[in-house]
Amino acid sequence: MAGLGEGAPLFAQVAERLSAEIADGGLAEGERVPSSNELAAYYRINPATAAKGIGVLTDEGLLEKRRGIGMFVAAGARRRLLEQRRRQFTERYVEPMVTEAARLGVDTEELVELIREARHTREGATA
Amino acid sequence: MTAAITVTGLTRRYRGKLTLDHVSVGIEEGAVTGLLGRNGAGKTTLMRIIAGQEFASAGSVQVFGASPAENDRILRRMAFVREDQAYPDFKVGDALRAASWFYPNWSGELADSLMTDFALPRNRAVKKLSRGMRSALGIVIGLAARAEVTMLDEPYAGLDAVATQLFYDRLLADYAEHPRTILLSTHQVDEAAGLLERVVVMDQGRVVLDAAADDLRGAATRVSGPALAVAEFTAERQVWDRRRMGSQESAVVVGPLDGTDRRPARNPRLTLEPVSLQELVRYVGTRPAQDTRQRTIA
Repeated sequence: MAGLGEGAPLFAQVAERLSAEIADGGLAEGERVPSSNELAAYYRINPATAAKGIGVLTDEGLLEKRRGIGMFVAAGARRRLLEQRRRQFTERYVEPMVTEAARLGVDTEELVELIREARHTREGATA
Repeated sequence: MTAAITVTGLTRRYRGKLTLDHVSVGIEEGAVTGLLGRNGAGKTTLMRIIAGQEFASAGSVQVFGASPAENDRILRRMAFVREDQAYPDFKVGDALRAASWFYPNWSGELADSLMTDFALPRNRAVKKLSRGMRSALGIVIGLAARAEVTMLDEPYAGLDAVATQLFYDRLLADYAEHPRTILLSTHQVDEAAGLLERVVVMDQGRVVLDAAADDLRGAATRVSGPALAVAEFTAERQVWDRRRMGSQESAVVVGPLDGTDRRPARNPRLTLEPVSLQELVRYVGTRPAQDTRQRTIA
């Protein structure tokens, strides 16, 4: 179970990892996705579980099967995944941050300023 | 689900004690099933009866639709690797040759590569092997047999961590190429966890849980934080293990959490941690005697 956790079904975690790779551009559109046996060996999980994870993305139209060759990242998959992540951004990142800020007595003005600073530092670092 | 092994009302009395108490369970064909539970729960007895090496007091076992007891046709389709496997006065090479004659799907190639992996000496008498080497020999035979039903009872006894991992990696690789029905009993649930598709937990001669492994992930959560917040979170939920220290409390909540429960914004002072398969098995496998009926948790 290398790198996978206990909190969610393994097949869902495999699907999540593949989605993240596609969203980050690590797996480009049109590129071949690792087979269920390759995923099984890498994560040390049952091949049937890996196949179920691939199946989730196939059902969502993010992967497509090319007969006899394997599974490939579908056209438009990256854009769709990025849109999905944007929708989850508030719940995953903004809400916990706002809650923690309230506990620490950081007011909205300060919070906005902290975000500006962090963004500034990051842009400085990557420039 | 198609069952390769069907166990119905299986009961075994030994010296006035019930080692198996009306066990009914189906072992899915082509899947890896973990047979889990404490020592003395009845796992080995169940496997021995399935393998035709022990007889039931009542109930029945069917493997591929037939009783395995004294049934050579069925026994050749089954490999049973057990911790205390006895061999006649054999050298390692003799044991492999005998197995190659018995099992119709025997792979000499796989046996050779596993012999190298585990650095087993062919010319040594089996009696003179260390405990770990004897386990390794059982593993070589059990995997190279490529039997349609492969039962492994604590197969890694005496193996170090590296060799244990090697066993799981080789099992996984060969199973991926040659799927078969695997029933694996183990204490070390964490190491096997990724491989298991189904989990059967036994306690005091009974099956107390029979579920898909992935359904159990996220089926219980440890909630910790200020006692008041924990109390509020756990109200009207089933709780397994509650402990308190001063104003802090920790409790294991049974049942999947929904998205709202998980939102950190809702419970900023609570820590939510998934309960591992290993822990989950421990909770369901150690209930008081009157409470060991089959449980539904997923």
